[in-house]
Amino acid sequence: MSGRKPFRVWIWFFFVCPLLAWGAEPILRGTGDLGVIVERGAGRVLIVNTSSNSIVQRVDGLGDLSHASVVFSRDQRYAYVFGRDGGLSKVDLLRGTLDTRIVQGGNSIGGAISQNGKLVAVANYEPGGLKVFSADTLEPVADIPAAYGDGKRSKVVGIADLPGDRFIYSLFDADQLWIADVRDPKAPKVEKFSGIGRAPYDGLVTPDGRHYLAGLFGEDGIALLDTWQPRPAVQRILAHYGQGEQKRPVYKMPHLRGWAVAGRQVYLPAVGRREVLVADTTNWKETARIAVRGQPVFVVARPDSRQVWVNFAFPDNGFVQVIDTLTGQIIQTLEPGKAVLHLEFTPRGEAVWISARDDNKVVIYDTASFTKLAELPAESPSGIFFTARAHRIGF
Amino acid sequence: MAVGLGSAALSGIGLGYGPLALADPPPAPAPERGRELIRLVRQDCGSCHGMTLRGGLGPALLPENLSAQSPPALKYTILFGRPGTAMPPWQPFMTEAEADWIVTQLLRGFPEEAK
Repeated sequence: MSGRKPFRVWIWFFFVCPLLAWGAEPILRGTGDLGVIVERGAGRVLIVNTSSNSIVQRVDGLGDLSHASVVFSRDQRYAYVFGRDGGLSKVDLLRGTLDTRIVQGGNSIGGAISQNGKLVAVANYEPGGLKVFSADTLEPVADIPAAYGDGKRSKVVGIADLPGDRFIYSLFDADQLWIADVRDPKAPKVEKFSGIGRAPYDGLVTPDGRHYLAGLFGEDGIALLDTWQPRPAVQRILAHYGQGEQKRPVYKMPHLRGWAVAGRQVYLPAVGRREVLVADTTNWKETARIAVRGQPVFVVARPDSRQVWVNFAFPDNGFVQVIDTLTGQIIQTLEPGKAVLHLEFTPRGEAVWISARDDNKVVIYDTASFTKLAELPAESPSGIFFTARAHRIGF
Repeated sequence: MAVGLGSAALSGIGLGYGPLALADPPPAPAPERGRELIRLVRQDCGSCHGMTLRGGLGPALLPENLSAQSPPALKYTILFGRPGTAMPPWQPFMTEAEADWIVTQLLRGFPEEAK
């Protein structure tokens, strides 16, 4: 590089920046087209803009993000980042800064924000349980250990918000499903359902906030709870999808979230199989199985429900396939890059952002033409989260 | 990167895994393959065990968590998985010697990926 470059940087630093700061009013803007991308190895998030397909800021110091997820404040200004190391970080998207950070547990998997936007709950593996914090200050307000059996504590998975400032989640080691009502955080009420099926690995709430589905790792099928019923009971759906067939080894657990619902149908990853399962949400009967390139990890409906995009576990994680929900056919197979970890649609779905961990990039596609719109550099990118999630139940 | 097995003595006795530590250390893979294996363990094993190997849905894989098990048992767990749990067999993606090498590295504290 030229030797003059440092000099130019100094000029900017000492002369131009102060002039800009002195002369400029704060730039007023909204946050509805912003989002964050997790750089999993670097403990950093990128704040991105989905209108200009660009990186706005980098925010460091978020700890171990090897497994991370994000929810947004209802004003869409703050991102709450749940890290693997039990860290909970509140990132200010407008200032591009780390607002508050706490380490609240030893090992955590994810979290959710309450319907009223005032409480953030974290699902912990170690110590197993749920912890609830003020969304404003991150002060602790409730602690609900996932205790079962003889003083054991279970890893908590599949957390989502339910209407009524409740959180619903599954206990991986205890085969249970709990609903914590934290409307009065000093006296949380917990409703427990046991024997839901072996080893629930993740869960989702349907976009209407009515049904909770827990995927089972230890056996075939999905545990379903209709939370609208006065006396809800867990039932099993899709219980026989793998009957008589040998499961393939699973190199990455699938993930579930409310985006799996497209119109009347729900699209779910089959565990240990190269299939997407489709069920009718009015009667929960299987309507189709769609053969795909590998074992699905994320099965995500475009916001208008016309397409469902699927990525895959190792070793098929270089591919992404698109299902046309009208015909149930795969209409496109893309190879965005090595080790595709996640994908996220823009709020109305004209574009999709896909992270390719081992190629250190995020690729943006037009979802109508499947042409590549842009590529952004990112260090081992994993999750991509846009602020539109702030206003959806179950996110 | 510290891919090579520099100090062949391994200090295995210090880690407390008994007589097997006296056996010859497994041969180090070629540098390029070594980097691939380190990435595989950190990233793909890391999706359950954590990228720092401090545990997740799967147990922690730090030396202090593994020292109670024999290296051959660990190797067979890697190659053939643990039926009835979420641990899959990795034998399609590596040789037995490479699994041996991974076990040795895990017991010493697994190397970081080169940046």
